Amino acid sequence: MVPKHEILSEDAVKSLLEMLRITRKELPKILESDVIVKELNAKENDVIQITRNSSLVGKSIYYRVVLKEQ
Amino acid sequence: MAEEKVEKAEEKPQESAEEDSAEVKIENKDKERKTTNLEKNVLIKTDNDALINYYEKKAEEANLTENRSELKKRYEKMKYESGEAIGVIAAQSIAEPATQTTLQSYHRVSGGKLLTTKGLPRIIEIFDARAEPKTPMMKIYLEDDHNTKEKALEIASIVKESKLKQIISEDSLDMVNLKVEIKLDENQIKNLQINIDDAVKTMKKNVKNVNITAEDNVIIIESKKTNISINELQMLRIKVREMPIKGTKGVEQCIIEKEGELWVIYTLGSNLKKVLKIEGVDSKKTTTNNIKEIASVLGIEAGRSAIINEVTDTLREQGVDTDTRHLLLVADVMAWHGVIDSIGRYGVSGKKKSILARANFEETIKHLTNAAIGGETEEFKGIIENVMVGNLAPVGTGLVKLKLKG
Repeated sequence: MVPKHEILSEDAVKSLLEMLRITRKELPKILESDVIVKELNAKENDVIQITRNSSLVGKSIYYRVVLKEQ
Repeated sequence: MAEEKVEKAEEKPQESAEEDSAEVKIENKDKERKTTNLEKNVLIKTDNDALINYYEKKAEEANLTENRSELKKRYEKMKYESGEAIGVIAAQSIAEPATQTTLQSYHRVSGGKLLTTKGLPRIIEIFDARAEPKTPMMKIYLEDDHNTKEKALEIASIVKESKLKQIISEDSLDMVNLKVEIKLDENQIKNLQINIDDAVKTMKKNVKNVNITAEDNVIIIESKKTNISINELQMLRIKVREMPIKGTKGVEQCIIEKEGELWVIYTLGSNLKKVLKIEGVDSKKTTTNNIKEIASVLGIEAGRSAIINEVTDTLREQGVDTDTRHLLLVADVMAWHGVIDSIGRYGVSGKKKSILARANFEETIKHLTNAAIGGETEEFKGIIENVMVGNLAPVGTGLVKLKLKG
C-alpha cells in the first residue's frame, strides 16, 4: 500500500523546479511527522520522490516537499 | 450497440489523462531534462501505453474486438486538451452516479454478522474525512505459516478486546474497609482464555491511584486515597467495570472466515497500529476502513490510496462504473497538504489560496475579515475569483494569451 519514497538530491530538485517553472512551495506537501519521512530521516524542505505503481495507470512519479508542522 | 459501448468505455479516460500526463510529465522532465521539447512530447505519449492496455483489457472483457491501433486512435482523440476543467467533470462524474446508489446505509458482511456503512452515506463519510467512520472495520490477513483455523482463532482472541464486566459474576462494596470486591465467573474466564495475573497488570496500567490484588477468583480494589467517600467508591466500581483486561483497544467483535484458501479475520472497531504488531498478521494486506488511521500509521501516500480503494469498492458494490481516474484526481487533492483534508469548509475549500474563492464557498465574512486583518493579496489566478469580478476566467480558451502584432 505504501509506494516507494526517496529523497531527491539538491541538483535534481533544482532541475525539476526549473522544468516545471514553479517554486518549491508549490509542490504537494508531506508532513515532517509522517512516518515515512521519519523513516527516511528527511528534513524540512527536502523533496521526496514517490514512485507509484498502479495496475491502472502504470508507473507514475509524484513529488512532495517536506513541510514542518505548525 | 457495440459501437456505443466502446464510446462509453472510452469517454471516461480522457479527463484524468490530463492529470496523469501531468504526473508523467514531471517524471519525464526530471529524467530527460536535456531532451528537446519534441522528444518530451513523444515521451509523454508513450507512457500512456499503460492506459491503452487497460482499455484494451476492458474491451476484451466486453467481448469487443477493437484492435489496438483503433483504441489508441480513439484514446488520443478523446484526451482532454489543456484548459479543460477536469475538477468539475470529476465532481459530476462521481456525484451523479452517487445519487443513483441506495440510501440504505447499512450492509451486512460475513454472513450477516457485521453491519457496515455502505452506499451514499459511506461516500459522504469518506469525502468528509471523518476522524472515525460510523462503523470502523478491519480486515486482518494472516501470514502463510499462520493460515490455519487454530492460529486464526488464537490471533482473534488477542485482537478482540475483553472488558472486566464480561467476567464478573458478582461485585459488591465493602463499606467497612472501603473496598470494591469483585467475584469472577470461572466459565467466562475459560471461554475468553483470560489469565487473571495479566488482566490485573493491564488494569493497573489503566486505573490510577488504586491497589489491585487478585486472590483466587476475587479481585479486590482499594483506593490509595485515605478519605474516600462511599460515593467515590461507587464511582470507582462503575469505572472499573468498563476496564479493558485483554486484547486490542477499540476492537469489539471478531469474525473468522475462510475466503478461498485464506483465513481472514473481520473485526468491528479498528486499531491498525497495534494489530500490525501482532505476530502472524500479514502487515502488507491487513487494512481498515478508517482512512485517517491509515494515513497516520502508514503515511499520507497510503492514505491517498486508501481513499481510492474505499470509494472504488463502495461504488462498485452499488453497481456504479465511475472511472477510477476521477477518484485519482480527488484523492490527490485531498492528500495535497500532507494530511487527509475533507472536501468542504475546513478542508480543501478552506485551504484555497485565493481569498475570494474561499469567501465564495462558505463563511464569507470570516474569510474577508481575516484577509483584511492579515493584509493578504488576491492574485486573481483561479477561476472562481475571476468569474466573481467579471474577468476572463483562465479556463478553456480563456487560458490562452495571444497578442495581435501590429
